[in-house]
Amino acid sequence: MLTLQVNGAAHQVDVPDDMPLLWVLRDVMGLPGTKFGCGIGQCGACTVHVDGKAVRACSLPVSLVGNRPVTTIEGLADDQVAAAVTKAWLDIDVVQCGYCQPGQIMAAVALLKGNLHPSDDEIDQAMSGNICRCGTYRRIRAAIRNVAGVV
Amino acid sequence: MAVGTIGISRRGALAGAGGLLMAAMLPRGRARAATRIVEDQTGPFAPNAFVRIAPDGSITLILPNVEMGQGIYTGEAMLIAEELDVGLDQIQIEPAPPDEAYVTKELGTEATGGSTSTIATWTSLREAGAVARTLLVRAAADRWVVDPASCQTGGGVVRHVPTGRTLTYGELAVEAAALPVPASPVALRDPSAFRLIGHAQHRLDGPAKVAGTATFGIDVQQPDMKIGTVAACPVMGGVLLHVDDSAARQVPGVRDVLTIGNAVCVVGDHYWAARKGLEALAISWDEGVNATVSTDTVYRELHEALQGPAIVAHTKGNAKGAIAGAATRVEAVYQQPLLAHAPMEPINCTVHVTPERCDVWVGTQVPMRARDAAAEVTGLPKEKVFLHNQYIGGGFGRRLEHEYVTQAVQFARQVGYPLKIVWSREEDLTMDRYRPAYVDHLVGGLDAHGNLVGLSHRIVGPAVVARWAPEALLPNGVDDDLLVATVETPYAIPAMFLDYARREAPGVVTAWWRGVGGTRGVFVIESFIDELAAKAKVDPVAFRRRMTTDHPRARAVLDLAAEKAEWGTKLPDGVGRGVALQYVFGSYLATVMEVEMSAMDTVRVRRAVVAVDCGRVVNPDQVISQIEGGLIFGLSAALFNEVTLEKGRVQEKNFNTYRILRMNESPAIEVHLIDSTEDPGGIGETGTAAAAAAVANAMAAATGRRYRRLPLTGPQA
Repeated sequence: MLTLQVNGAAHQVDVPDDMPLLWVLRDVMGLPGTKFGCGIGQCGACTVHVDGKAVRACSLPVSLVGNRPVTTIEGLADDQVAAAVTKAWLDIDVVQCGYCQPGQIMAAVALLKGNLHPSDDEIDQAMSGNICRCGTYRRIRAAIRNVAGVV
Repeated sequence: MAVGTIGISRRGALAGAGGLLMAAMLPRGRARAATRIVEDQTGPFAPNAFVRIAPDGSITLILPNVEMGQGIYTGEAMLIAEELDVGLDQIQIEPAPPDEAYVTKELGTEATGGSTSTIATWTSLREAGAVARTLLVRAAADRWVVDPASCQTGGGVVRHVPTGRTLTYGELAVEAAALPVPASPVALRDPSAFRLIGHAQHRLDGPAKVAGTATFGIDVQQPDMKIGTVAACPVMGGVLLHVDDSAARQVPGVRDVLTIGNAVCVVGDHYWAARKGLEALAISWDEGVNATVSTDTVYRELHEALQGPAIVAHTKGNAKGAIAGAATRVEAVYQQPLLAHAPMEPINCTVHVTPERCDVWVGTQVPMRARDAAAEVTGLPKEKVFLHNQYIGGGFGRRLEHEYVTQAVQFARQVGYPLKIVWSREEDLTMDRYRPAYVDHLVGGLDAHGNLVGLSHRIVGPAVVARWAPEALLPNGVDDDLLVATVETPYAIPAMFLDYARREAPGVVTAWWRGVGGTRGVFVIESFIDELAAKAKVDPVAFRRRMTTDHPRARAVLDLAAEKAEWGTKLPDGVGRGVALQYVFGSYLATVMEVEMSAMDTVRVRRAVVAVDCGRVVNPDQVISQIEGGLIFGLSAALFNEVTLEKGRVQEKNFNTYRILRMNESPAIEVHLIDSTEDPGGIGETGTAAAAAAVANAMAAATGRRYRRLPLTGPQA
C-alpha cells in the first residue's frame, strides 16, 4: 500500500510499484483529466506536476513519487496562475479536439510559475515536449504570452 | 426551399470531396428536418430530429456531426439557435444517436467527414430551428387568440407585441408538441439579420476541455468495468495460431485473456495490468501472404503501373496533340507515402453486452456503421444496440473506420462485465488504416509565350472508395476522390487528359485521411504548376494569375495572399517563398509559405500566410483555427511522415519514430478571410490540403531544386 499526495489530499493505493503514475490517476483514482498519448514520454498528454515541476506521468513509476505533492488538471481550481492560464485559453479559443490540452495547460502553468514573462524561446523550450495533432501551437503560444501580460 | 436548397453547383460538388460527387450516386433525401420524433403529446416538444424543448424550459439541440476538434458542435448549434431565436447560453447539446434522420446526401450515411458538415447542414439545421420557432409562436398565438404575426421571439421567449405578454418556450412546449409540423418550408432569416452566424462565438466545448472534465471515449467509466488491451497479428491478414497465457495470468490484476481470430486481449483491473499481461503472452501467428511485403514492394508496383493500361478518367480537347506540338515539354513524377492518422487519443471502445442489449461507448465518425457492426457481432437487433457517441480526441479520418468497434464487441461478448478496450500507441500506429501511397506522372506543354496548352496526367494508387462506399465507385472504375484538385482546378487549362491505374496497396488497408483527394491532388498539381512556371520563366504568382481569368474568387485569394505575404520582396540566401492555390471542398485558398534551408533536407518553416474564400462563414474564428491547425497537420506529414513496411510489419510504432511537428518547429500563421455571400464551403481539411505544395514550392525556391517525393526531408529521387 502506497500513500500519494494528490491534489492536496492523501490517498492510499494498492498498486504494483512499477505502475506508472498515469494509470494510478486514471484507472485507480478516477482522475481521467490526465491523458494517455504514447506511454513513452514523447507527447506530453500525461503531464502533471510533481513538486510543482511538469513531469510525464506515463513514465514515472508510482513508487518513485514518494511524499512529493502531485497536482493534476483536476487540482488546479484554486490556483491563481492556473486560473489565468485557463482564462487565457478560453479567451482565444485555443482548444480543438482538446485531448492534449490538459497536458499543455499543466506544462504552461509550470512554466509560468517559474517564469512569469517567458521569452518565445523559453515558451518553445517548455512546450515543445507537448504534441498537439490539431495544431493549436500558435494559439497556445499566444495564450501564454497573454497570461504573462496580466498576472 | 426547393430542390437544391443546399446550393452546390456541379462544380462545387465535384471539388468538394469524393463524398460530394458520391451524392450523385447515392440519392437520398436531405437530413429530414420534418421527421417527427415526439413520442406522446405530453412529452417534450421535438418537432424534428434536432430540437427538443421540455416543459421545464430546457432546450436541447441534437447535433448531427460529431465533435473531434473542428468546432462543429458550436457551428451547428449556431445554425439552429439562429433560427430558434435562443442564445447559445440557453441550450444544451447532445451528439446525434445512430438514426436515418442524420444521413446526409453528401456522404450517403450518417457520417462526419469530407469537410461536408457545414455544407450539408447550412440549410437543414436553420430550417429545423425555424420550424420549431414557428410552432412555438403558433402555440402562443393560439393560447392568446391573437395573430401569430403580432408575436415576436427572442431569448427563448414569445412576446405578443401589442400587449407585451410573454410565454417562455418551456411553457409552450406541450401545446407546441400538439401542433402539426408545417408541410411547406418556413421562411428563414435574411442574412443581414443574423445575430450569431458570421459573428465569432466561443466554442461550447471550451470550458470542459480546459478543465479536463470533457469525457472522451477513453475516459468512459462504467460500474464493474474492466480494461483490456490488444495485440492483433502484426501482419495484416494473419491469424492467431496459439497463445500461451500462463505467465500473463500470473500478473497481478490480470482477470482474463480473450482471443478472436486474429487478436488477443488481456483484461485487467487497470490498463497497466492488461499491458503487463499482454507483454507476458507467448503468441504464435500464421502471418499469411503479406509476410513478405515491404515498402519497396508498394512503391515498385506503383511505379510499374506508370506504363501500361489505365482507365481514362477525364479528357478535354486533345491534350496529347497539344503537348506534341508545344514549344516546351515539362515532365515530372511525384510520389506520396502511406500515412498514419495518429490522433492523440489512441483507439478505444467500451462495450457491455448482455443477453438483452449491447451498449457501446465510443467516439465515432460513423455512428450507424458502428451500431450495425455491434448488432452483427452480437446477433442482437439494431434497436437493442445503444451507441453513445463521445468527444473524439482527434479524428482525421481514423474514426470513419469502425473495425475497432467490431473487435471490441467480439471481445466484450465473451465476458459479462463492461469492457473498455484501449490500444497502446504502438497498436494504434501499426494497426491503423493508412492514407494510401500514390505515384503521379504529369506531362505539360508550353507554347512559345510560356502558356500551358495541354496537360496529361496519370494517377496510380488505390481506390479507397471501393472499400468504404463501393456503390460510389464510378461505373468506369475510377475513384472520384482522385479527381479532386486534379480535374477541377482553379485554372483555365485548354486541354487535359487524365487516366488512372488502380493498384491496391499490398499488406495494409487504406483509408480516408484529412484532406482526402484534396491533400493528394493539390500537392501534385500545385507542384507541377510551379515547375511549369519555372520552365516558362514566369513568376509563380504571375503564372497562376494569368490562368485564373475565369475564376475571380481564385484570383482574389491569390492576390490577397501575395500582398499579405509581401510576395516579390527580396529574401536572404537560403530563404524561399512558395505559393499554392486550390479549390477543394467548395472553398478557395491561396497559401504562401516561407522556409529557411540550412541544408537540402534541413528546413525551417518561418511563416505561412493564407487567404480564404469559403463562402458565407458561420463562426469566423473557428474557420481561422481550422486553417491554422490543418496547415500544421499537413506540414507534419509533408516534412516528416512516412509509414514503412518490413516483412509485412509497420515499422513506425510511436512518436519517437513517427515524428510530429512540435511548437518550436511551427511557423507563424496568418489567415485572411474574404467576405463572401456565396453558400458555405468546407474548411476543416483545406489547410491540410494546402501544406505540402506550398512548402515544397518554397523549398524549391530556396534551393533551386525540386522536391517531388514526400516526405520532403526524406530521400529525393
